[in-house]
Amino acid sequence: MNINEKQQEIIDEFAIYDDWMEKYEYIIELGKELEAFPEDKRTDDRLIDGCQSRVWLSTEIENGNMHFRADSDAIITKGIIGLLIRVLNDETPETVAKTDLFFINEIGLQEHLSPTRANGLLSMVKRMKMDALKASVDAAKN
Amino acid sequence: MAEGTKKPFSVREIREQFPALRQTVYGKNLIYFDNGATSQKPQVVLDAINRYYSKDNANIHRGVHFMSQKATTEFEEARIAIQKYLNAKKSEEIIFTKGTTDSINLVAFSYGELLKEGDEILITTMEHHSNIVPWQMLCERKKLVLKVAPINKKGELIEEEFDKLLSNRTKLVSVTHISNTLGTINPVKELAKKTHAVGAKILVDGAQSIQHMKVDVRDLDCDFYVFSSHKVFGPTGIGVLYGKEDLLDRMPPYQGGGDMISKVTFERTTYNELPHKFEAGTPHIAGGICLGEAIRFLNALDMDAIQRHEKELAHYAQDMLDTFEGVRIIGEAKQKTSVVSFVVDKIHPFDIGTLLDKQGIAVRTGHHCTQPLMDFFKIPGTVRASFAFYNTKEEIDTFIAAVEKSISILK
Repeated sequence: MNINEKQQEIIDEFAIYDDWMEKYEYIIELGKELEAFPEDKRTDDRLIDGCQSRVWLSTEIENGNMHFRADSDAIITKGIIGLLIRVLNDETPETVAKTDLFFINEIGLQEHLSPTRANGLLSMVKRMKMDALKASVDAAKN
Repeated sequence: MAEGTKKPFSVREIREQFPALRQTVYGKNLIYFDNGATSQKPQVVLDAINRYYSKDNANIHRGVHFMSQKATTEFEEARIAIQKYLNAKKSEEIIFTKGTTDSINLVAFSYGELLKEGDEILITTMEHHSNIVPWQMLCERKKLVLKVAPINKKGELIEEEFDKLLSNRTKLVSVTHISNTLGTINPVKELAKKTHAVGAKILVDGAQSIQHMKVDVRDLDCDFYVFSSHKVFGPTGIGVLYGKEDLLDRMPPYQGGGDMISKVTFERTTYNELPHKFEAGTPHIAGGICLGEAIRFLNALDMDAIQRHEKELAHYAQDMLDTFEGVRIIGEAKQKTSVVSFVVDKIHPFDIGTLLDKQGIAVRTGHHCTQPLMDFFKIPGTVRASFAFYNTKEEIDTFIAAVEKSISILK
């Protein structure tokens, strides 16, 4: 499944919910299921401080692909992190850097990635893309 | 309007005057519990905005033409309405600013010019950032010392500690009348007495008080009282600095420009008299006039009945929340207004706020611009429901059910 197919899959999953609360219940479930964040990586340089919630992001390259792990103190933020990781993980640095994350708008979560929301998510996505860009530049050098 | 002629308070009738309350969000009837952040506007204020820009729009002061004189009269009548409402001695003591923050910055700059190295400013732990940062900036600029009077676990000022910090080095006490995060009502009248006893001045941050209680600046005997129009049913972008005349007279102007001058030459400029000395440039004319309208609206209401109603709402909400396991009320002062701040064990305030929003309920989550206060309670933030006189018990029932539902989903 390519990155856009993954995004479409999420859009289809959300299409069955016509009620906002159901949608959020699903996001909260995803937040609860998110892979535990390694405690040794919970460092200040990995912290993205939002006004509302805090986010930790750890980026690694595995077999030439991006591998993100992230966490938040707020469960809804965590659920959205889960969706972002599902889309972006195991993709090449170039794909991550270039991809337009259209699924966020399609499932109606754009408010969480607006600059005014200050929950750390927008900064996290920016950092994910920057890390991917750096990795793709490094890959080109080698 | 004389006390006796006030209409009996009816929440149903009041609500009819606030069109913004009659709407649905996410398919639910809006419940607006974010009044601590800003209030909704009554129809009379909306009409006044429309009327001003449709018919009366002109620049004020110095205009010879009909419209300018009309706008000037209305603007100055608004000043008088505010003066009377606050029971200030003179309308010259009412300075129009952009809001509470602007008023505090004005005092920090201008009164600050009268201070010298080593002088002290005293604030409290429960202050809003806008009553902290301007003083920090002043302290840096003039090498003053900022002192902070602590609070207890209930969120009340510890008066003995306040007394200890007060000395002849203190030049200004700047304290909130009501905490925006906790709802604590500070005993500002007593604090003013103590402050004056050491020869210092006191600024009362009224951002959260004027909409909830009758404020009499002469009875409080505060030297400055500041508030924002938008929290008291008026438009955004305008607010008030009340200051005692002799003090304002001694203070240098804050900003230079038109309106604040008496005579300008390249060699030397002399300044205008109060209140114009502090109102450089074209003010927010529509804002001032419409704030006047909001104050007249408020003045026609029975403030005692409003206070009773709001207190009842807050008690009702707090008692219900208290029955939930894991819910902790932040701010349990004996003297408290209609703010209910709470945290839920192991649940982030942001998550509750997001789920309440999706159920049509507007609350505020986060640190409420009081980070040092959050540090004191060792919490990242709270969920804050802040009520106004147009809120109802039925809305609180819906809110409580929504909180319960949110907690059960988030657990």
